[in-house]
Amino acid sequence: MEEEGDAKPKKAGPRQCCVCNQRRAALKRPKTLEQICRECFYRVFEEEIHQVIVENQLFKPGERIAIGASGGKDSTVLAYVLSELNRRNNYGLDLFLLSVDEGITGYRDDSLETVKRNEIQYGLPLKVVSYKDLYGWTMDEMVKMIGLKNNCTFCGVFRRQALDRGAALLKVDKLATGHNADDIAETVLLNILRGDIARLSRCTAITTGEDGPIPRCKPFKYTYEKEIVMYAYFKRLDYFSTECIYSPNAYRGFAREFIKDLERIRPRAILDIIKSGEDFRISTSTKMPEQGTCERCGYISSQKWCKACVLLEGLNRGLPKLGIGRSRGLNQENSKDVKKGNGARSIESKQCGSLDF
Amino acid sequence: MDLDKKPNLTMTNKKGSKALRPNSSLLAIEAELCGAFNMACNGSDSGCRSNCYRNRDEEDEEVAAVPSPETKPVANGNNQGLCIKCKANQPMSFAGRRTDDDARFCGDCFRSNLFGKFRLAVTSNAMICPTDNVLVAFSGGASSRVALQFVHEMQHKAQKNFDASRDRSLPVFGVGVAFIDESSIFTVPEDEVTKGIEDIRLIVSSLTPPTKELHVVPIESLYSSDSNDGSDRLKKLLDAVCDATGKEDLLVYLRMLSLQKIASENGYNRLVLGSCTSRIACHVLTATVKVRTFFQQGHGYSLPADIQYVDSRWGVPVVLPLRDCLIQELNMLCHLDGLKTVELNKNPSSSINGLVSSFVTLLQEENPSRECTIVRTAGKLTPFHFNRIPEINDSNVPLATQRRQKRYNLKPTESISSESFCPICNSPLSKSDLLSFKNVESCDTNSVLFSAACCSSCRFQILPKDPSSVGDFYSLLPQPVVARAKCGSADNYSLLREQIKDCILSDSEDET
Repeated sequence: MEEEGDAKPKKAGPRQCCVCNQRRAALKRPKTLEQICRECFYRVFEEEIHQVIVENQLFKPGERIAIGASGGKDSTVLAYVLSELNRRNNYGLDLFLLSVDEGITGYRDDSLETVKRNEIQYGLPLKVVSYKDLYGWTMDEMVKMIGLKNNCTFCGVFRRQALDRGAALLKVDKLATGHNADDIAETVLLNILRGDIARLSRCTAITTGEDGPIPRCKPFKYTYEKEIVMYAYFKRLDYFSTECIYSPNAYRGFAREFIKDLERIRPRAILDIIKSGEDFRISTSTKMPEQGTCERCGYISSQKWCKACVLLEGLNRGLPKLGIGRSRGLNQENSKDVKKGNGARSIESKQCGSLDF
Repeated sequence: MDLDKKPNLTMTNKKGSKALRPNSSLLAIEAELCGAFNMACNGSDSGCRSNCYRNRDEEDEEVAAVPSPETKPVANGNNQGLCIKCKANQPMSFAGRRTDDDARFCGDCFRSNLFGKFRLAVTSNAMICPTDNVLVAFSGGASSRVALQFVHEMQHKAQKNFDASRDRSLPVFGVGVAFIDESSIFTVPEDEVTKGIEDIRLIVSSLTPPTKELHVVPIESLYSSDSNDGSDRLKKLLDAVCDATGKEDLLVYLRMLSLQKIASENGYNRLVLGSCTSRIACHVLTATVKVRTFFQQGHGYSLPADIQYVDSRWGVPVVLPLRDCLIQELNMLCHLDGLKTVELNKNPSSSINGLVSSFVTLLQEENPSRECTIVRTAGKLTPFHFNRIPEINDSNVPLATQRRQKRYNLKPTESISSESFCPICNSPLSKSDLLSFKNVESCDTNSVLFSAACCSSCRFQILPKDPSSVGDFYSLLPQPVVARAKCGSADNYSLLREQIKDCILSDSEDET
């Protein structure tokens, strides 16, 4: 990825930045293919995010905002840019870093070190919530029990709730996540491929869960992954770039590759897909599930028990397949060992990074 | 086949719907027999939120998880290794086939299943009536070859019924075939083209009785009046489009215009295309990527306009009777029945269209129902008022035909109406497109008016970026495109004027 970031114009002779017309162009902007200098790149990159925040009214002055920080490039750049913009444009926000420790040796322990360094570098208070504390299981222990199939389902369900719990502990008003334009375009495509109309109309929303306890927003909704990498690279930001050991690189899916191919042919394709997703609204009379609370832990749930409690119950009782697959298992019939759906979904790139919260 | 016989029709319908949606009616049988059932909504557990027999599906999968596709029919029960429909013949077995869906049918049942899908599409959308004159667009590929074959079979049966009936009250619909020769654009050796066209002539002449007229028309004949420099102008026009995808798309629209021209000049009132599910699935994704034809906030795209069975936006309504057939099935039928296809114009594509089609092929290999799911997703968008055959109010048409047409046509209330269309791609224009048109001064030149009347997608990928070269581009356009722009923009303009008329003081700038 870093090499791509270093895309200097190949042509001989110094080429001027097409924004400031003063300095030498240092890079080709992935989004527009304009040749610009580093300083102008930083400026347009930050300015675009600022515009997205202002236009969509993502934050209000005085709010406490948690940044979901994994230590990866997206969340590191998000933390850096948000703290910069907050200072420069007087958003008046209290920013916090919120990390989830899944308990994956050789991956999360290392990336948490990065987040801890970021805490000092950007002066943002950090809160770490761990699966071990919340659920009594680390991801390593879970994988030992359930194997490498469906482990991402467990991790995803638990992380979603862990982030909410962490946000509640920090008493924040909102949670900002580092989902970028590529991620959202991928989700739009996947929902079309699956025929999931309900999610299709929801997945492009910049703020989600406004009716829930803690709304989430995506300031990077229109920011290209490549530009994030480029920004991190030129700013020499300290981030962690290893893939999760339980969801290795080989798993990168068709949809992601397809989007990268499209970007190569026509850079604006990513934005176009998001635009299409936004327009793909259908007057459905689909009934949304009624929101209640989990009888066991009090977390929001449309069922008697929330998904995390169902999965946890399965783990604790030694029936890890409980709650996996399509039927509702515990909520319908307590003793039924639910059959497993098809585990491998190779069209998706990362199972952990499910976008619909 | 006598299209106006009621009992016949209901039977068709029943059979056809079976073929169309095996997951409902055939599910039980199939679950018993072989367990494996690749339904449109499996393949992702978070998949479909509608009532898709989820649990059932899951149980089926459980059974299917163990035996491999080859052993499946043998592994189950009493009807060992027989066709799941007739339970008499051996199912087809071909090496190297991926979808095990076809493998469960014998050749005859496979054929009648496919023809059933075609016939259901034709009858339930009133695509062809006895009085019609139908033009089949034949590219030489498998899809249009099957379309031609099926239309011929239908006509052949109608002819037999006609000959047998005493009063001969119902006429037999006419069939013509059109081949658009694009050799002036692609660099294909001349002898190959000549041979290809010769093959096509042979194919069409073998489909008798009744005889079918073949129209072989070069695409540059769109420039009819000054035909000598037509191909030069066409080449220049295409060269003026720098985006590879835009060039391909422009060619598609020009091809459609050529077909429309042939149809209207020769008295055809239906145009049959061989677009299959796979093709339409690709169209759904390319439309998503190109933000093609977005219609109006809250109403979805005009993408639904392109993917219905019927599209009567054009002078001659376009019908897609193979909308529910997969390309794999069509290829299989050509292979089974030895239907000859002619491959011309095979250029490697580096466009978004090419990328999407290889992506869809990959997805289809991973899950044999993926293409259907994609088409169904887009199928949930609301279609337009022109996505049905216009009602006949002609007293010459038998009452039965009229009645049936009414019965099967879409209810007008379920559709969207649109007044204005892009002159290049003919997609319904969105409000934002219309607004940009509003800003154009009335004194502007034709070419500026033209580009303002185009949809945003065409403006991006087809029209030249540089405003000064739009004039050149405009002058290269064939007459039918320009004509549509003129009539379209006049419509637009009056539509806009209607909205603001109460604020206009003088009539002086009335004329454009």
